[in-house]
Parts: sequence; structure tokens; C-alpha cells
Amino acid sequence: MTPSYQQPTARGYYGEFGGAFIPEMLYPNVEELRTRYLEILADPDFQIDLQHLLRDYVGRPTPLFEAKRLSERYGTRIFLKREDLCHTGAHKINNTVGQILLAQRLGKTRIIAETGAGQHGVATATVCALMGLPCVVYMGAVDIERQAPNVARMRLLGAEVRRAESGSQTLKDATNEAIRDWIANPVDTHYIIGSVVGPHPYPDLVARLQAVISEEMRYQLLEKTGTELPDFVVACVGGGSNAAGAFYHFLDEPSVRLVAVEAAGHGINSGHSAATSVLGTPGIIHGSRTLLMQDEHGQITEPYSLSAGLDYPGIGPLHAHLDASGRAEFISITDDDALKAVSECSRLEGIIPALETAHALAALGQLGAGPDDVVVVNLSGRGDKDLETYLKNMDKLT
Amino acid sequence: MTQWSALTDLCEPPRFSSANLREKISMNNRIKDAFASKQNLLNMYFTAGYPSLHDTLPLAQALVAAGADILEIGMPFSDPLADGPVIQRSSSAALANGMNLPVLFGQLQELRAAVPETPVLLMGYLNPVLQFGMEAFLKQAAEVGIDGLILPDLPLDEYEEMYHPLFQQYGVKAVFLVTPQTSEARIRRLDALSDAFLYLVSGPGTTGGTTLPDVEAQQEYFQRIAAMNLKNPRLIGFGIADKSGFDHACAHADGAIIGSALIRALGDTDDAPATATRFVQGIKA
Ligand SMILES: Cc1ncc(COP(=O)(O)O)c(C=O)c1O
Repeated sequence: MTPSYQQPTARGYYGEFGGAFIPEMLYPNVEELRTRYLEILADPDFQIDLQHLLRDYVGRPTPLFEAKRLSERYGTRIFLKREDLCHTGAHKINNTVGQILLAQRLGKTRIIAETGAGQHGVATATVCALMGLPCVVYMGAVDIERQAPNVARMRLLGAEVRRAESGSQTLKDATNEAIRDWIANPVDTHYIIGSVVGPHPYPDLVARLQAVISEEMRYQLLEKTGTELPDFVVACVGGGSNAAGAFYHFLDEPSVRLVAVEAAGHGINSGHSAATSVLGTPGIIHGSRTLLMQDEHGQITEPYSLSAGLDYPGIGPLHAHLDASGRAEFISITDDDALKAVSECSRLEGIIPALETAHALAALGQLGAGPDDVVVVNLSGRGDKDLETYLKNMDKLT
Repeated sequence: MTQWSALTDLCEPPRFSSANLREKISMNNRIKDAFASKQNLLNMYFTAGYPSLHDTLPLAQALVAAGADILEIGMPFSDPLADGPVIQRSSSAALANGMNLPVLFGQLQELRAAVPETPVLLMGYLNPVLQFGMEAFLKQAAEVGIDGLILPDLPLDEYEEMYHPLFQQYGVKAVFLVTPQTSEARIRRLDALSDAFLYLVSGPGTTGGTTLPDVEAQQEYFQRIAAMNLKNPRLIGFGIADKSGFDHACAHADGAIIGSALIRALGDTDDAPATATRFVQGIKA
């Protein structure tokens, strides 16, 4: 039997990527999570609570919408998996409802999170409000400016938003601060990480909680196309959680081409980019051995993307493995092409996508998909949070 | 993925560049000697290349002359997860000054001439060391006379399986952290794998953070570990800033590690060695 792409090893390795490179201060917390997450996820009571919340609170299943006008434009059959219709407006809440139920079962009474675009912060603040748990969200100072509506939402939901002022003051730095908070609060606090990054078991935990996306896709495709398997699944990758969820139940179906779309920023060779699969080399970031952008001395370099959710110098170890093994194809899209895709999707389908998601949509022209092919794009989030960025860039949107 | 295969291919024994290195390694027991001959050891941490690039050696010399018993030289990293704001800032400043591992090893060529007897450790994060190459790193460290290495994000399992023999062959001692949450079984494993001292983190938090607010719990923690009859001596670190903190730590262990408080003092001075001298004199007074 060929090894499954879904399952990391007992120590959390996908091929040569993964593991748990954490200071001793985090060891008891991460070890508790590692020894208990599978048992808790499999517990029938946990599953009942999770399914209930996913249906009645998040609004799952999300529709699989056949985008006829985009299909016509690209000469192929395009479906949009509408994660933007989840409560709070992005796929991020699939993970946070699962992790809050997990945190309760671990007896944790305080929640921390990092956020880039603010969607994960909002999704965490939301489930904390629902469960009555205090919530602290770390966010880079730059992101606090460019994603102001989400900062307001988190505060309205009762969360405390703390500024991360170090480095490029974006997602990487917010993650550093969240990890330091966890080091300082090892007993009562659970860290709800927002993507398939971090030390084992987080990448696997988050992938499993996001896997509901592809689980639904399979039966929805069967209903709409007569087969569960599409020809392409396309998703954007910041850390890679929406892509992990969209790919998960197709990982071991070799006929399905998996396309991961990264942010090229101003262009791969511009010095202002976040295209980790191209610019990255193996190294350790946030407790995981993966591909990351670094200099020759192993110092992590500052990424750039107009999109706060993709502005991260690493990718999850699963994606590093999918890249190294050739199982997934990686494409990178510039800020400007993503902005064009925002207006195209808005005008052709009446759906204003998040800037992160627009990177996936912008890849449609590069797939080489034919008229009989079925392409699923994971529409990871809606664009409300990005309106200010869109207004500032109106010239590029028309 | 060539970079990793070079790191994981550890089947080959290290090739010593010279008989000279072999000799240095066999003589390398400065940590043991220090603990055998002294009590209440003061281990001073400072960031290499801070406040200015060439302060590394003058600071080492000043600290030792003023009474520091062990030196811990920080190798600056862009994303130091176990460090609080003070050491974070010194690390960013050192990187901006141009510090990196080749520059540091160049500066450390004169280390043993400057401080012949004092145990010197390097402290840093795994990624820069891996990019340098673990074996190349240990070899260079041994050549300049480094005694020990603290890499907080090197997992114990990986250390044991992949690197322990290499550390031993180059005579570089691994120093492990212990926290109030570390289980007894794990402390025993860390103790068995180390041949230097155990670094007792005073309480929850990053470097420079305050110690456990609950004094009783902290007392219980220090006493619990003292009662374990470990083979390695113990130093207490994190949040120790002055003489009273040092004396308190010495009451419960073999000495203490001070870092952030010195770095803070170095941040407001034009004469780093003089400031370091005054700082250590204040602790050892
Ligand atoms: C809508 C949306 N899509 C994608 C992402 C990127 O995250 P990931 O790669 O984990 O899916 C974000 C992150 O903030 C987001 O808000």
C-alpha cells in the first residue's frame, strides 16, 4: 500500500517535514494535546457537539455552486465551494468550533489566538463568546491597520486584541507573540492556532477539522456531476488550512489535480513576495520543520503580500510535503492579478471574494483545464473585510 | 532537499581537522571544573554583537574579570520564541549590526586567549545552526573552545537520536531547560543525557519575565528538584535581575543565570564593558 498523504507519522512528519521543535516550556501543553487529540476527536459526544455546531451555528454544509459565467469565461466547468457563507465569513470557523470543544475537554479556561487577516481572530472570538471563555488575539500592527473591520468585530465579540510590534508586524510576529503568551500561561490556556502550521499535532488537528470541506465536496459533486472526483481542486495557501481542508479527501485520489496558490506579492523576484514554495528552503518556523523564507544564515525573512492572510514566510508541513513530492502543483499570483480576480468574480458571479481567496480565483487561467474538466475553487472567504483595500485600489479593479 | 540530508546523515564519524582539535576536546572539562571548585556560580548571558558588533569579546572579558563564573553568549535569531522583549530587541539590533554565525566564530577565535578558564556556552535557536550545518557548527564551536550549547527548540527525542553522539564526539555539552511543569521522569531523562548543568526556568514565561508570583509554589519546585539527587548541578534562570534575586536562587541551586537585566543596562550606555563590570560587581558584592 502506498503511504497516505493524509496521515503524518506518530511524531508528526509528512515526509521530511513537520515535527515539534518547541522549547521545553511548551512541552507539557503540546504533549497533552498530542496524546489526547485523536481520542477526543473520535469521541462520540465530541462528534455530536461538533456536528451540531457545524450545522446550526456555522451553517454547514456550505453550498457547492456551479459558476456558469466564470465557467464560460475560462472554457471549463467551475464550481465554487462557498466557505464564504460560513458564519463569520470564512472557513476559519470550522477549525475554531472544533478546537473550542477540544479546549473544554482539556479543562482549559482561557483562549489565545494569532490572526493575520483577522478572520481567524474573529472566528476564535466568536466561539469564545459562544462558550463564555476569555479570549486574547495577537495581531500584527500592520494588519490591525489594514483589516480594521475585523479588529472592531473581535472587540465587539468581547476579545482583547493585542498588537504585535516586532518584525514586519504581520502574521509571523503575531504567531510569535501568541506562542510567548502560551509559554507564560502553560496551565489554564489553550492556543487555537489558525492554520495547518505550528508543532505537531496542530497541522494534523487543523487539517482534520477543515477536512469537512472536501468531505462535503465529494457528495455534492456526485450529486451535481455524477462523480465524486473533480479534475482540479484549487485553493489559496497562507499557512494552508483552507487548502488542507479542500484537498484532504482527495489527497489519496491521484486523478485529482491539487493546485495550491501562493501570494507572489509584487512578483516572485521583486523582493516583496510571500511565495514560499518558490522562495523558501527547509528550515524551522513556529515549531515545525517546513519550507520557509530565510536568508543564508537561517534568519527568517519578512514576507510581503497585499493580502494579510497570505503574508506569511512559511507553509504548513503537509503542503511542503505535497510540493516536494509533486502531489500538489504550486502557482503564485501577484497582488495585481488577485485584484483583477476580485472584480471578475464580483461582476460575473455576484460574489465579492476575500483578497486571499482571489489568489485562487486568479489561477483559473493557468490551469489548462478543458471544457469537460470539473474544477472546484475553494471560496475560502468573503471580501467585506477587504473593502477598504479594494476602494484604495479601484483603478486596478476595473 | 539536500540541506536536510546533510544534517541527517550522521552515520559517518566526525573527521577532526587536526590532532590539535582532538587535544582541545579531551581537555574540555571547564564546566565540571567550575562547579567542582566554586559555589554560587554566576552565569552571565549577553547577546553576541550587541550593543555593537565588536562588543562580544570585550564584554566577555569584562564580565569574567568582574566575577562572572560562566558565560552564555546568545546567537541572535530573527524569531526568538523563548525570549522576552529585552533579548528580542538586542537580537534584532545585533542582526542589524551584521552579526551572524561566521562573524561570531571569527570573533571567538580569540575567546580562549581572552578568558582562558571560564566555561563558555552558546545559546540560540535551531534554525541558524541547521543552516550552518550541525556538524560544522559543533566542530567550529569545539575549535574556538566553546564548552556547551543551549538550543531551546531542539527536541529531546531528536537530540538523543540524531545529535547526542556528535555532541559527545566534539566535546560540546548540551544544556537542557527544566520548567515547573516538567515531569519527574523527563527531568531524569534530561539529567541522564546532559553532562553540564540543568537550566531551571524559574517560572512560566520568556526570558526577562517575572518569576512565579506564587513564592510557595516556586519554593516547592526548587526543593522538589533539589531532592531528586540529580547528577548534574542546577542553575536557575529567567527573571533574575539583581543581587537579591541572585542570592535567592543560590539558596536553592548551585547558582543563577542573568541575562535580560544586563542587556537592559547595556541598552543605555556608551561604554558596554564598564557597564558590564559594574553590573557583575553589583551582583557579586
Ligand atoms: C478568507 C481567507 N482565506 C485564506 C486564508 C489563508 O489561510 P489558510 O492558508 O490557512 O487557509 C485566510 C487567512 O486569514 C483567509 O481569511
